[in-house]
Amino acid sequence: MSGNGLSYSEQGGEAAPELGQEAATTTTPSIPAAFGLFCSDIKKNEDLKQMLESSKDSAKLDAMKRIVGMVAKGKNASELFPAVVKNVASKNIEIKKLVYVYLMRYAEEQQDLALLSISTFQRALKDPNQLIRASALRVLSSIRVPIIVPIMMLAIKEASSDLSPYVRKNAAHAIQKLYSLDPEQKEMLIEVIEKLLKDRSTLVAGSVVMAFEEVCPERIDLIHKNYRKLCNLLVDVEEWGQVVIIHMLTRYARTQFVSPWKVSFEKNFYESDEEQKEKDQKVKDTYTMDPDHRLLLQNTKPLLQSRNAAVVMAVSQLYWHLAPKSEAGIVSKSLVRLLRSNREVQYIVLQNIATMSIQRKGMFEPYLKSFYVRSTDPTMIKTLKLEILTNLANEANISTLLREFQTYVKSQDKQFAAATIQAIGRCATNITEVTDTCLNGLVCLLSNKDEIVVAESVVVIKKLLQTQPAHHGEIIKHMAKLLDNITVPVARASILWLIGEYCERVPKIAPDVLRKTAKSFTNEDDLVKLQILNLGAKLYLTNSKQTKLLTQYVLNLGKYDQSYDIRDRTRFIRQLIVPNEKSGALSKYAKKIFLAQKPAPLLESPFKDRDHFQLGTLSHTLNTQATGYLELSDWPEVAPDPSVRNVEIAESVPDSFGGFTCLLSSFFLICSDSEDTEKKKKGISKKITTSNSSDTESASSEESSSDSKSESDSKSDSEPGKSRYVILSVLGLQHSPTLVLYLTGHYPSLCWKRISSSLSLLQTARHFW
Amino acid sequence: MIHSLFLINAAGDIFLEKHWKSVVSRSVCDYFFEAQERASEAENVPPVIPTPHHYLLSVYRHKIFFVAVIQSEVPPLFVIEFLHRVVDTFQDYFGVCSEVMIKDNVVVVYEVLEEMLDNGFPLATESNILKELIKPPTILRTVVNTITGSTNVGDQLPTGQLSVVPWRRTGVKYTNNEAYFDVIEEIDAIIDKSGSTITAEIQGVIDACVKLTGMPDLTLSFMNPRLLDDVSFHPCVRFKRWESERILSFIPPDGNFRLLSYHVSAQNLVAIPVYVKHNISFRDSSSLGRFEITVGPKQTMGKTVEGVIVTSQMPKGVLNMTLTPSQGTHVFDPVTKLLSWDVGKINPQKLPSLKGSMSLQAGSSKPDENPTINLQFKIQQLAISGLKVNRLDMYGEKYKPFKGIKYMTKAGKFQVRT
Repeated sequence: MSGNGLSYSEQGGEAAPELGQEAATTTTPSIPAAFGLFCSDIKKNEDLKQMLESSKDSAKLDAMKRIVGMVAKGKNASELFPAVVKNVASKNIEIKKLVYVYLMRYAEEQQDLALLSISTFQRALKDPNQLIRASALRVLSSIRVPIIVPIMMLAIKEASSDLSPYVRKNAAHAIQKLYSLDPEQKEMLIEVIEKLLKDRSTLVAGSVVMAFEEVCPERIDLIHKNYRKLCNLLVDVEEWGQVVIIHMLTRYARTQFVSPWKVSFEKNFYESDEEQKEKDQKVKDTYTMDPDHRLLLQNTKPLLQSRNAAVVMAVSQLYWHLAPKSEAGIVSKSLVRLLRSNREVQYIVLQNIATMSIQRKGMFEPYLKSFYVRSTDPTMIKTLKLEILTNLANEANISTLLREFQTYVKSQDKQFAAATIQAIGRCATNITEVTDTCLNGLVCLLSNKDEIVVAESVVVIKKLLQTQPAHHGEIIKHMAKLLDNITVPVARASILWLIGEYCERVPKIAPDVLRKTAKSFTNEDDLVKLQILNLGAKLYLTNSKQTKLLTQYVLNLGKYDQSYDIRDRTRFIRQLIVPNEKSGALSKYAKKIFLAQKPAPLLESPFKDRDHFQLGTLSHTLNTQATGYLELSDWPEVAPDPSVRNVEIAESVPDSFGGFTCLLSSFFLICSDSEDTEKKKKGISKKITTSNSSDTESASSEESSSDSKSESDSKSDSEPGKSRYVILSVLGLQHSPTLVLYLTGHYPSLCWKRISSSLSLLQTARHFW
Repeated sequence: MIHSLFLINAAGDIFLEKHWKSVVSRSVCDYFFEAQERASEAENVPPVIPTPHHYLLSVYRHKIFFVAVIQSEVPPLFVIEFLHRVVDTFQDYFGVCSEVMIKDNVVVVYEVLEEMLDNGFPLATESNILKELIKPPTILRTVVNTITGSTNVGDQLPTGQLSVVPWRRTGVKYTNNEAYFDVIEEIDAIIDKSGSTITAEIQGVIDACVKLTGMPDLTLSFMNPRLLDDVSFHPCVRFKRWESERILSFIPPDGNFRLLSYHVSAQNLVAIPVYVKHNISFRDSSSLGRFEITVGPKQTMGKTVEGVIVTSQMPKGVLNMTLTPSQGTHVFDPVTKLLSWDVGKINPQKLPSLKGSMSLQAGSSKPDENPTINLQFKIQQLAISGLKVNRLDMYGEKYKPFKGIKYMTKAGKFQVRT
């Protein structure tokens, strides 16, 4: 009874949702099971079309939203193209925007219909509002239809001389789009790039350099005249532009300046101090950094404080590739700061630090503890940190590190534990003081319960013993005992190889090991079988009395093995070691061949030599050249002419100017006669501030402009801006560039560009002087 | 630069795709799935995956993979940093960044993405500007929109992009003008078995919530700016002023933003506010283990330690745990082997402790490592580095704003090895 009741209620329970389903299907258009999907799609699009054609904006908007939803999910909505494109001129901004989104996605597929929309954009390009002009250019250039290339070209050209920097920025973006659509336009586009590179707006700088990198990275000559301007604008450019500009300038600097690294500071310990001094003197004579090179380093340094990890990384790589070795250290602090960031950022930063730390340990040694591993780190982060720790190991810190490694070896993450054992091996080979300690530690690990740990230890011990096989008979014996328990093939193979290689040191054990393994030969892994054969061969050569039969037996087993490799090896070994009438001269040398002194394997970091790729690039991360990677050139032996970076001032020098210069230079001379240099600088700078007052471009320096307001009455000269140039240029020539740097540091408005541009003026001034 | 973006959920479904250049087929994600399979855990999926024609750069946040498709050389951090910015923007717009939220607001998401990149190059990433271009959805606005038919897209043209302070929107008006600053410090530390500190560093941030009318110009000065030797700034901070006077001078963005983050490195001495006494032992032969933890305050400058949560990943051999806490609640998940103990406040007179036994899998040998203990805690009104704000001044506007500063110390990655 009860059973019946139960089943009844179950049926009832099932019936209810069925009813519900039916109700649901009746409300929506009925769906015949067989071609339901297909049918409903058509239906849906039909009603979307109707909505798009309706006169109400709300219906249109609704339809557009649904269409964008389809696009987002990756569903095909291309058949709605004609209905959508009609709305391109809609008054409603949101509809318009969504139509743009749709257009950019499908215009490529429906080129003919897309042309319908072009006239709307062309009209908008002439709009008085800069933002409308910009967005029109943006959409127009995003429609990838080859027929409109000439129209795009024209639009870009016009926009590049637009008054609004925002429109010019969009023009720079459009350049890349047009280039990818039609590379034949390259020449024309380069002209536009050249023009935009001269732009002084911070809005444009990043975008145009991006276009430059994509279209014509080889035309380094276009940069010369803009180099100083770009350096000076850099701080104010938006963060993404900064990254691109810094990478470009790194490449540029490597072609234009001489290496600051030739100065080797290797001090000979036994050299007397005097000799040292002489050497220093020489060094100073041979190398002075180009002021433009210095300018770049100086202007990028504040960006280490950026919140954007990409910017910090970009500056770090710039310092790594361009700065004198003694200065590159300043980036380490910022890089270590980035380690607090997200997993992905950590991953990239750690990779770069790993490369750096191989070459210049000193940079990161003070931050050793920041690379300690936490059990919550993902495995890839752990192994990278371990890599860096290993690179940083030296005599002083090795004992702390080894203690730290001990904790890691016990980690529950076995993959990481194995990596740690490898790391210990590397430390042991690199630092001879601790080799024995490490070896003992590794031997202790052999009794670990985890097989992976034991196997890894065996492999590392094998490598270590090979580097110094002198007195390790005990360890080999210990490992021979382990053979009974270890099942991991690599480890077994390693042990067998060790015993074979040093069989003369363990003459009693070796034959016994062969006996045991011969027994289990058929069940072994291929890797192990090969090593058994090797062991047999080596024993046959050294101790044939005891092992002749055993070896024969093993060789017979090998002869009929399933693997080609093993059969081949068996045949080879037999011919070589068992002398018969057919075997040639080689068998005489069998012992030499098998028991030759083998070079120890080098335990090296996988990050060695990775720095032939520019740091911070995709190629560096992948350690293979990515498409479009631009190589850093080597420093030139002799620097190309630095004057190419000088910028002439556009206006000509008026006649009355000369006399005025004389006056100023005499003022300057008076100043320079005084002994207190500090005062002198102040005096000059005050003068500069005064003359600055009526300058219309003084916006960038707040202090100086506020100072000068009070003094503005005292100003009497007719060309204050130019007079300032002259003072600076005189200063620049008379004194070391450092004085100029001093001034520019305090008065950012007197930027380098102006100093350099006034250099040409100075030529004129000198005649009067 | 960035060709396309795919959003992939935990189940491996691509639920959103956006292309900025020619369309890249979504089959490119197969390479990603392959890598995902190889890396058993989500967080072990390599952030950079090469495929024959493209490169996939991904970030993993809120259980969603954001996969960007790249065709040629680009600094990987550029893309990764941008993707994180995208996630931050979504979070800013929708409160949470989840699959459901993104699916519900797919149109807004699409519009935002459209504005953030042009031809794969970042165009507008400041949330102030974006919000001017596309208004974030609120319940009220959705209702109003459906009734009146008005739109999410800002009807004024965004002028912020053109101004000299691109991070601040124009025409800001508030009736209550207020500026709040939170100094939050996190302690990252590794403590060894015996209780001595192996490494400890402080990561601090100053988060601000500024609701001020017009174009205010703020300066913030510190009692001890010497502490801040490794800092990174929001772009609004004037770097020169900081270099010369150690004063933060800035025109703030409107709303919430991170003004500054700083790092007090391992070389300085860091006060550790709590200690953990532990006694965790497995015996070789028996299937029982002992477990005992006590948490106590150390250098707290007289403040209470609260919000204490202890978590520990137990070895695989542990089957179950029978524990009794002196306060708070504890949970042990026998599947993931994660023990978590929500302690709450620490009362210095009566230290919280958790005692009991662990039952181990019969026959399995003793695990060779004791579990590490992760600690979370909060201390209000204390910046552990000793950083103190001296004063906040406003220039450029006439009204008198309401100002507030709050301090807090939290545990970051705080680990005790046992």
